[in-house]
Amino acid sequence: MNKEHRLTNEEVNFKTSEIIIPCSIPACSRQVRYSKGYLLLNKINSQFKIMTFEEIKSKLKNHTIGIAGVGGLGSNCAVALARVGIGKLIISDFDVVNKSNLNRQYFFRDQIGQKKVIALKENIKRINPEVEIITNDIKLNEKNIVEIYTDCDVIVEAFDLAEMKKMLIETCLSELPEKPVIIGSGIAGWGNSNDIKFRQNENLYICGDEKSEIAVDNPPLAPRVGIVANMQANTVLEILLGK
Amino acid sequence: MRIILNNRPESFDKEKISISELLKIKNYTFKMLVIKVNSKLVKKDAYDIVEIKEGDNVTVLHLVSGG
Repeated sequence: MNKEHRLTNEEVNFKTSEIIIPCSIPACSRQVRYSKGYLLLNKINSQFKIMTFEEIKSKLKNHTIGIAGVGGLGSNCAVALARVGIGKLIISDFDVVNKSNLNRQYFFRDQIGQKKVIALKENIKRINPEVEIITNDIKLNEKNIVEIYTDCDVIVEAFDLAEMKKMLIETCLSELPEKPVIIGSGIAGWGNSNDIKFRQNENLYICGDEKSEIAVDNPPLAPRVGIVANMQANTVLEILLGK
Repeated sequence: MRIILNNRPESFDKEKISISELLKIKNYTFKMLVIKVNSKLVKKDAYDIVEIKEGDNVTVLHLVSGG
């Protein structure tokens, strides 16, 4: 507002006058007093970033996310996206649930021996049955990645091995160059939360500390793997909903 | 020559260098790398052939296992 501008009587009334409406929390019987100015501001905000969860869900339900690998990164990322109401997930992995996976992956003891994609679909359906889930019990390679993920809005790279990560990134850069790809790299050990970071390089989005490699004496554990998996899910939201 | 390497400016004495030379000079010894020059992917078998020149934008992404 410039210095010359004086509020008119009408504007003053609008800014200070109040409106009483029911609380937005379901099942809450409280009446809430809002100034009209506040409500107008809220309406303006929704055009940029601020959205209610209902608005977020209605946007996300139109989108498809491809997840390559459903171990520690993939299973936790898929669950986070399912909870916020993503429309469709395409998940691929050839592995079965192993006892050693339970220190970080979104599976349960009674699912040991089951195919990971089947077990994860089951778990996601228990959280949010509205998510459509396409499962591929398959080892991904340069050819099938393009076929399987070509219609996704975003691809989440969630492999264990660095050579598989490299293969997926190179395949996407050369065959699907317009597709946003979110990589998880550097998750081993514990602590050092501030080393875990996010950066963007054109259509590649990198989550992780980019240095801690898994080893027998530096295993992947639920907390750091969970941070990076959820960082990947958070990046999906940023791409779909805007910054 | 001056280039941008991983979003930072870098200077080299030579007028052009191959990707293999760049990796040696910068002491990038990691095995799993993804390299882009001016947004274009360069695969490993071309590291000796592709040359980096003045003004190029080079990305060296290093991947570690774990997931």
